[in-house]
Amino acid sequence: MGRLSRVAWLYIGVVAAAAVAVIVAGPFGGLDWVQVGALGLLLVACESSATLLNSRGLAWSANSIASLAAVVLCGPVGAALVGSCTLLGVRRGPSPTQRLFNAAMFAVSAYLAGRTFLLFGGHVGVQGPSAFPGVIGPFAAAAAVHVTVNFALLRGVFWLTKEPGTALGRLGLDTKLWLTDLGYGAFGLLIAAVWSVLGPFTPFLVLIPVFVARWAVAQFAAQQRAYEATVSALCQAVETKDFYTRGHSERVSRGSVMIATEIGMRAERVAAIRYAGMLHDVGKLGVPTSVLQKRSSLTDDEYRAIQLHPMRGLDIVREIGFLDEALAGIMHHHERIDGKGYPMGLAGDEIPEFARVLAVADAFDAMTSDRSYRGARPVPEAVAELRKWAGKQFDPAFVDAFVTAIERDSWTPPDPAPAEEPLFSPGVTFPPAVPPARDGQSAPDGTSDVSDMPTIESL
Amino acid sequence: MRPVFSRRYEPRGARASVPDSGRWLLVVFAGLLLVWSVAQTAVTGVHDVHAALAFGALIALGELLRLNLPGDREAAPMATAGALAYALLLRIGDSQARHSAEQVIAVTAIAMIVGALPHLAVGRPARLTSMAARLLAVACVALVFRPLENDSLIGGKWWDELPVMLALVVVAWLVEAMVAALIRTEALRTRFVVALGDEFRVQLPVGAATGASALLIAFAAEVMGLAAVAVFAAPLLVTQVALRRYAGIRATYLQTVRALARSTEVGGYVEAGHSARVSRLSVAIGRELGMPEAALLELEYAALMHDIGQLSLRDPVPGGATVLVAREEQRRIAEYGAEVIGQAHVLDSVADIVRRQSDPCRPADRSQPPPLSSRIIRAANAYDDLVGSSADPSQASAAVERLRLDTGLEYDPRVVEALSKLVVP
Repeated sequence: MGRLSRVAWLYIGVVAAAAVAVIVAGPFGGLDWVQVGALGLLLVACESSATLLNSRGLAWSANSIASLAAVVLCGPVGAALVGSCTLLGVRRGPSPTQRLFNAAMFAVSAYLAGRTFLLFGGHVGVQGPSAFPGVIGPFAAAAAVHVTVNFALLRGVFWLTKEPGTALGRLGLDTKLWLTDLGYGAFGLLIAAVWSVLGPFTPFLVLIPVFVARWAVAQFAAQQRAYEATVSALCQAVETKDFYTRGHSERVSRGSVMIATEIGMRAERVAAIRYAGMLHDVGKLGVPTSVLQKRSSLTDDEYRAIQLHPMRGLDIVREIGFLDEALAGIMHHHERIDGKGYPMGLAGDEIPEFARVLAVADAFDAMTSDRSYRGARPVPEAVAELRKWAGKQFDPAFVDAFVTAIERDSWTPPDPAPAEEPLFSPGVTFPPAVPPARDGQSAPDGTSDVSDMPTIESL
Repeated sequence: MRPVFSRRYEPRGARASVPDSGRWLLVVFAGLLLVWSVAQTAVTGVHDVHAALAFGALIALGELLRLNLPGDREAAPMATAGALAYALLLRIGDSQARHSAEQVIAVTAIAMIVGALPHLAVGRPARLTSMAARLLAVACVALVFRPLENDSLIGGKWWDELPVMLALVVVAWLVEAMVAALIRTEALRTRFVVALGDEFRVQLPVGAATGASALLIAFAAEVMGLAAVAVFAAPLLVTQVALRRYAGIRATYLQTVRALARSTEVGGYVEAGHSARVSRLSVAIGRELGMPEAALLELEYAALMHDIGQLSLRDPVPGGATVLVAREEQRRIAEYGAEVIGQAHVLDSVADIVRRQSDPCRPADRSQPPPLSSRIIRAANAYDDLVGSSADPSQASAAVERLRLDTGLEYDPRVVEALSKLVVP
């Protein structure tokens, strides 16, 4: 959370005070302390095995199982007590303030869920055979309230601490997490029901499927990370062909995601465009290295070889199943809105959306990084160029979205190329700053340099 | 007798459609079990139709949502859990569950078929052997537990019932794993012990969740009645969804590495199809030598990417045949490839395999010999450089002979022998 504003402190204080108030107010009369203790332990176990959702410490745990079991078995006050056991979770990461807030948040959500359970006519205690299926309605309401209050309180704290990276919606996880939480919550009812048959052995049996589910989710997350790391490493291998484009794919990927998020693409499409950005230039492998690194003008044949690279890229990645829309993006990322691009010469809306997004990010990164024949341009200058060519070369809507995103989140251009021989590219000489221009090919409307930027500079 | 494969050592897709003798035996046995149980149930009549329908629905749904675990293993945790719970059912509400073992088997078998129908309708073939193995495991549990329970041979308290039920769930899991391992031993020509180890590793977590869920439903039905089936379905669904997504990303991972490995071919660095052939041959050799599945996957990744280092060359090696270029150059390519893969920080052992692929099997300076996977890739790569995509058997044996001349120092004799078994008729 870093340093907190006064309002944020106030917010955390209010939530904590509410938690303390509902617990202290009681009543403790009907509480079975064995149950509270066992469920408290269950909650500590869940909390201790939280999974990280992002690098900034946002974590998710299956606490709702224990809280909701407590709602049914012990009532609102017992549930609040169990919820507050979050404080005792054994895991590294949360600061004391975060722990306090989490515990208070779970206590308040559990208390309100308990109240909801009673409101909808649920009876607190071990659920005998006669309770079913009548108890399912009140329980579902309680579970929904628990998850919703939990998320609302969390959103509040994110909003007040202005953590843009941790906002749930940005992660595209909001609905999914909500449903997941609800799914785990159903175990709470299972515990409450089975308690009358299996007694305190119940949580042990319940924990097994839960932990396996957590393991499966963790496996998935690890595999996803491994996948991304591998793709990015292999893309870098491709980039070694052209020393000057090191990191280009990564940045185009980042830029494309910024645009996609800005225009409100769905999470799956954002994920796809991220891969499209990383992979958009793999086809350059089909272009002879001598052409890519050429410092003088290109001949017609060489120019044609270069124009083929989006198609070759498509050839390579075609067999990767999930990419579908990304494939179109890779193939058409050098098309222009005015129809003067390649390989097909599509214009306007004929160009797939992904390709139009990639084109903007691609050109922008090409302008803001060093090239063999010129140095990097400053960001404001590149933005001005994007604006100038919007409508001719780029889709104006995406240029606007990109500029908005850059102004808000800023953009880190690559470091200038180091003045040393690249390690594994024998024979590469550092060409003088002569821009390669195709013989006899001037820009469509007379301007030089930038007009050929997307066709040559951003290869 | 070992079948001769010549150049078709890896007919990946073909195997599923042509069951070997062991598979036929299993499927026929399961079929007989189905016929017998349905006939018995028809004679005695269905006991508690509602329960049969509720559990049948869960099993059918689980079968519909079946998933592939790593290594192309089919699993249907929800269906298995539902069937086991039905077999272990004690009481529904106040009334004792009195259905027979035959009824459990009949309901399970029919529900499994119903759940498989939509898959057939969209053209995905049913994997009869996995279904048969699942049915067999459930049948074992039902045939032991139903008589015990129906004749009230077990006490009525959880501490009497739970140990028996727990033991049976473990037995069911063992049966399924053993059958699966036997099938794999036959189909993939690996060793039974290796296959069983792989099976245990992959199936343990899912099996534990399935078994625990089955026990939970069996007990919960006493309190919740048949609602237990519905309430329980939601949580196990979470596991299944996560596993499906995991399987999806795993498949994508392999597809992507395969595709990007081909980038060396598009770049003209190696002959078309080289990476794919070397990886297929390497995996076949690894299996022949009894490598476990996790190691085979690493071997496959490493073999696919073994030439990625060639991207650092300004001019491609003629025909991509690294066997023909100087040792120093080979080492440099391997080193660079390893560096690229190492950047991912998740495939360090793969990077190590790639790094040492050009080292001779017995290093001159008596240092640590390269890992087995590296030795395999070295031999497979050399073989493919010599033979290429040609299907001429005499060329294959000539290539193997040439590799044999260099065994001991350059190539690992065991690897070359395994290679020879696979490619020479």
